[in-house]
Amino acid sequence: MFLWSKLKDSLKEVKNRWSGGLVSLFSGSTIDEEFWDSLEEILISGDVGIDLTEELIEELQKTVKREGLKTPDQLIAYFIDLVTERLVAVDGMGKEIVLDKSPKVIVLVGVNGSGKTTTAAKLAEQFHRQGKKVILGAADTFRAAAIDQLKIWGERTGSRVIAQQQGSDSAAVAYDALQAARASGADVLIIDTAGRLHSKHNLMEELTKIVRVIEREVGRDSMENLLVLDAVMGQNGFAQAESFHKALSLNGVILSKYDNTAKGGVILAIAHRLALPIRYIGLGESVDDLRLFEPQEFVRALLENNGNNV
Amino acid sequence: MFEALKERLESVFNTLKGKGKLSEEDVNAALREVRRALLEADVDYKVVKSLVDSIRGRCIGQEVLDSITPGQQVVAIVYEELVSLMGEDVVPFIISSKPPTLCMMVGLQGSGKTTSAVKIAKRIQNAHNPLVVACDLRRPAAIEQLKVLAQQSKVAFYGPSGGTQDVIKVAKEALAYAEDHLNDVIIFDTAGRLHVDEDLMEELSRLKDLVNPHEILLVVDAMTGQEAVKVATSFHEKLSLTGVVLSKLDGDARGGAALAIRATTQVPIKFAGVGEGIDAIELFDAKRMAQRIIGMGDVMGLAEKV
Ligand SMILES: Nc1nc2c(ncn2[C@@H]2O[C@H](COP(=O)(O)OP(=O)(O)OP(=O)(O)O)[C@@H](O)[C@H]2O)c(=O)[nH]1
Ligand SMILES: Nc1nc2c(ncn2[C@@H]2O[C@H](COP(=O)(O)OP(=O)(O)OP(=O)(O)O)[C@@H](O)[C@H]2O)c(=O)[nH]1
Ligand SMILES: [Mg+2]
Ligand SMILES: [Mg+2]
Repeated sequence: MFLWSKLKDSLKEVKNRWSGGLVSLFSGSTIDEEFWDSLEEILISGDVGIDLTEELIEELQKTVKREGLKTPDQLIAYFIDLVTERLVAVDGMGKEIVLDKSPKVIVLVGVNGSGKTTTAAKLAEQFHRQGKKVILGAADTFRAAAIDQLKIWGERTGSRVIAQQQGSDSAAVAYDALQAARASGADVLIIDTAGRLHSKHNLMEELTKIVRVIEREVGRDSMENLLVLDAVMGQNGFAQAESFHKALSLNGVILSKYDNTAKGGVILAIAHRLALPIRYIGLGESVDDLRLFEPQEFVRALLENNGNNV
Repeated sequence: MFEALKERLESVFNTLKGKGKLSEEDVNAALREVRRALLEADVDYKVVKSLVDSIRGRCIGQEVLDSITPGQQVVAIVYEELVSLMGEDVVPFIISSKPPTLCMMVGLQGSGKTTSAVKIAKRIQNAHNPLVVACDLRRPAAIEQLKVLAQQSKVAFYGPSGGTQDVIKVAKEALAYAEDHLNDVIIFDTAGRLHVDEDLMEELSRLKDLVNPHEILLVVDAMTGQEAVKVATSFHEKLSLTGVVLSKLDGDARGGAALAIRATTQVPIKFAGVGEGIDAIELFDAKRMAQRIIGMGDVMGLAEKV
């Protein structure tokens, strides 16, 4: 319990650092055109996207009529509940990875530079602290020094790293890592993959091959295929989630770099339209900077003014 | 998900009967679609607002031409506005008349700084003797990454061997090294940082004061959303940027961030990153970017008719 409240505080602290306090943009006393305009601006500026923004506002306008809501305060409270409920309705939202199989295999995927390797280290650290035995698989055999990067994280988190040379077959590395994990009785294998743009067919093929090899060995139930998504992404984030989900059938999304002032609003569309849960958020570059995703905190932060609109 | 703007506008104008001038009503209906398209392309909310206003001004009262449909006509106007906003002229990488030319790469984490540093060095290698310098002393294996990329493309590299965290010290050593090795272009790779991280932004200021660079290039991921403007203005305020590199344009992002950055900071976009390979860099082309943002390939001919 203590740990959890500490985690929550740290998210607040990070966001406060940038915003210098939480200023409500909805200080007016009436629900007028201006109110709707500023709500629209906030949602779009938070990367929610025009379609979903309009849909949400429409729904809210209906509610105003139905429930006879009078003040912006009431409306905002209602809005937070509405969006939070929609998020919570997605199976697995904010749910941690459970190591119910041995080994559990986590495959981290995403576009270039999204934060996969760092997230692998963060997860390794969390499991390590729970007393679990972690193995890291260096299946990014492509990017310069990607293997060295993971090896350094391996040292820092006390996890063994299974790697081959740069340029070797990534599925073969994944397979090797799995054998090592089994042989050493590891609780979890975390596979770092090379960044790739979701629109590149051959690279997506390579990724499905990695996943297939693992799946054939351990079965889908033992796997967590997670997309690492940079919080600064705009509407393309949806295309990323859609494509990776189609190729691999994802178990969820990790929203990295959420210590940015960017609000990461595109995850609403990802949750709504793809029914993909957001599992964790990344809040910095060190191994401790990983938290469970909290829907309500997220929605509040989305509506908070941190200087974008001033 | 994205339907080309032209098709959408065609359906808006389907109801338009006969010819004559474009009425305010027609134009407003069309501009709603334009607005949606720009927002879906991640153009900044405020930039979209002012763009739509100026497009409205130009559209209302336009004679409907014989040769093209009203939809095409509006698209051509949108296109022209986007191009003029981004600046048509290619602004080249600055080479100082008095060597060495000094350049700093800056930007958010993972945006593409290290890769772009080597890409640019490789690009000018025929005419120059560039050196890339590892000033990212924080991210695990960042030095090694730059070194490997430099080796692959036969670009000279300087980086600290020990575990120093002192960026200024490394930069000083690099300047001395470059002098000894007759490197006439020196490109400093820096660690990724958030625009709101005051300590790390201060570190960049200090590096700038020491190096006194001709170019400070902000590397921005083409997939960036609405935060792009804030990122660019923060870096610009702190460092007075001289250019932008828009990376990862080989994907399917519409890249509206480019437009907003140019519109709000006036900093020219100089290069486009179009792949992970070291040759995958191009000069930025505002016309192609405008076409990409509105999701179509054949507006250039149309624009000439309007
Ligand atoms: N501020 C911040 N930076 C992060 C976070 N997660 C990762 N980073 C940084 O983002 C950059 C890219 O992270 P990586 O883990 O290397 O990303 P990747 O997805 O493995 O990149 P590729 O393998 O090149 O595709 C690094 O500089 C990380 O330190 C985060 O939560 N917050
Ligand atoms: N597809 C594609 N990938 C790119 C491009 N530019 C860089 N990348 C990839 O994006 C990822 C991040 O690139 P880096 O050059 O390491 O980015 P960085 O800004 O130096 O990252 P940090 O130092 O961690 O802040 C790597 O996987 C690169 O290969 C590009 O134009 N297209
Ligand atoms: Mg990586
Ligand atoms: Mg780098």
